[in-house]
Amino acid sequence: MDEPKDQKETKQLTGEKSDAGLVGRAKETAGALKDRAFEEAKEYKDPQQTQLWKSIFRVSHERSDPRNRSLAILSNVFLHLHPAKINRDAVRYQYTWGMGGITFYLFVVLTFTGVLLMFYYHPSKIVAFRDILYLEHDVPFGKLLRNMHRWAAHLMVITTWLHMFRVVLTGSYKKPREFNWCVGVVLLVLTLLLSFTGYLLPDDQLGFWAVTVGTNMARATPMLGNEGPFGAQLGLTPYNDVRFGLLGGSIVDANALLRAYIWHCIGIPLVASIFMAVHFWRIRKDGGISGPAPVMLESEMKVPKKK
Amino acid sequence: MDNPKPKSRRNKLIGLIVVVVLLGLFVYSVADWHQLWKILSAPDNVPIVAMLFLMPFFTWLGIRQAAANDRLIGELESDPKLAKTHHRKVEPWRPGWAKELHVWPYLVRIEFLAAVIVTVVLYIWSITLNAPLEEPSNPNLTMNPSKAPWYFLGLQEMLVYFDPWIAGVVMPSIIMIGLMVFPYVDSNPLGNGYYTIRQRRFAVAMFGWGFLMWILLIFIGTFIRGPGWIWFWPGQTWDHNTVVFDRNRDLHEIVATIPGLGFIGSNWVAKMIFGAIVVGGFYVIGALFFHWLMKRGQFRFSYLVSPKKLRQWATVSDEFELKLLSKTSILQYMTFQFFAVSVLLAMPVKLFLRHVFTIKYVWVTPWFNI
Repeated sequence: MDEPKDQKETKQLTGEKSDAGLVGRAKETAGALKDRAFEEAKEYKDPQQTQLWKSIFRVSHERSDPRNRSLAILSNVFLHLHPAKINRDAVRYQYTWGMGGITFYLFVVLTFTGVLLMFYYHPSKIVAFRDILYLEHDVPFGKLLRNMHRWAAHLMVITTWLHMFRVVLTGSYKKPREFNWCVGVVLLVLTLLLSFTGYLLPDDQLGFWAVTVGTNMARATPMLGNEGPFGAQLGLTPYNDVRFGLLGGSIVDANALLRAYIWHCIGIPLVASIFMAVHFWRIRKDGGISGPAPVMLESEMKVPKKK
Repeated sequence: MDNPKPKSRRNKLIGLIVVVVLLGLFVYSVADWHQLWKILSAPDNVPIVAMLFLMPFFTWLGIRQAAANDRLIGELESDPKLAKTHHRKVEPWRPGWAKELHVWPYLVRIEFLAAVIVTVVLYIWSITLNAPLEEPSNPNLTMNPSKAPWYFLGLQEMLVYFDPWIAGVVMPSIIMIGLMVFPYVDSNPLGNGYYTIRQRRFAVAMFGWGFLMWILLIFIGTFIRGPGWIWFWPGQTWDHNTVVFDRNRDLHEIVATIPGLGFIGSNWVAKMIFGAIVVGGFYVIGALFFHWLMKRGQFRFSYLVSPKKLRQWATVSDEFELKLLSKTSILQYMTFQFFAVSVLLAMPVKLFLRHVFTIKYVWVTPWFNI
């Protein structure tokens, strides 16, 4: 009688002649494998020592070693925005109010929810409004998604203002941070524009009339709008002025919807991202967070001598 | 903390009484609670309602820290010996303490916590309140009132006081550029990186005034302007049939009624020259006002009941403020004056002229009106 095929192969591989029974040999092999597996699994008890972990994080995060704490920041693409160490008083909530960071976090939230919303939205006069209804009533968690996008946008306007207010109160715009303050002002305007361009997209009465009112002001731009000072003298009409350029037409219609969509989803976020990169970069280059700094005294202020 | 002194307790009591009386008057004056609730609870108005609480809170938070720093500055100012050895912060510090902390984990964990809290707040907000969605857009059916989003209602409210090219284009541009030049015209080296009012009275007051005005305009635009952009006090019903008999006149029309000055309204050249003089005069007087204001020392409310002290405050320049002024270059000074008079003063003055004297334009020309 022939042996089963696989057993024959095993024999050939191990080169042994079968002394113990088939079952006995299998048990032996399994026992050895089990011991080895237990031995190896012991090493996985510390995940930080695994090849996988080390390949991702590059450094060990041994808490007691100050060098590792620094490396945790320096060797991480997201965290290297931070310095390794900061002013011990700057981590107090009441100094910064955390508003700049929260604003950035809201931008991330808005990007995330915005991308998801884009899956369900067509920037076309025919279906835009229906898409919103679909989103609110049929898409799983669609209503939550839209609500979150809207409220995060409003919250971002508020946190931007409060961030600016804090920077003024702490005098953080002063030397050498003057330019970064200007970048911040641009970001404030971009935040408002982002929010405003999003207002039209549901294509409902609220957005339509808000944008109508808003863009009507562009009509009156001096030298660029047909109703503004010197507009008529420069040959501007409703069909070639700045408002026409913004709306892609003389009324808020299909082209305006498409333009608002593209500005909202691509144009302004792109520009804002660039300004944000500069804003964050400059915080570091200008010496990190401004304080809480030791107070200066009036008596120590130098006054230029009168010539 | 020290026990509150009797005087400060008395002040607190007076403050409380004032607040209660004002609230009582407001409640008494509300005729239409439903209307008020409709405006307050409109989901899109939630942010500005929240702002009404957030602004005072963060102002208080800032001022409290400024007061603590100012006390320390006062102490060190009067004790040069202490100033040399003191670590110069109100935050506790002992020799041997490291001046810096590791960002990992001491900052990163706070950021993580903040992100979690914001996310939770957003979830709760989004579950409880729905984003508004009106009927499909319809160019043939005008919304009344048709309002911009809340953060632009300040601009929309400005349309009442200025022509669209000023309110919608020039003013926003000036505000933006004015904000950008702010660090460059502030020649004060003190107060860099810590809360203080004592050392930066004027700068903080100017920004605070602008910010407050912005919030107030938004407040008016949100809560007070009803159908037809008519002024309805909070608690008044927004009646779509309300008719307002405004008799808005231009300044030259009023002046021309004075015997002997009738020629001012006679032709467009006279009107234009008259308006130019008025606006020019406004800039001169406004600049003089700011020049006076920037030299003032600390103002105390007790001056209001003591004319002698008030007079002294108004006439004697503060030494420190004079020092700051001498550090300011002419370009910085002129730039500041331009933005201050054009926005910080022109806006409230025009608002006042419109509401109290029903004056429409002060400068009328064939090309533009101001």
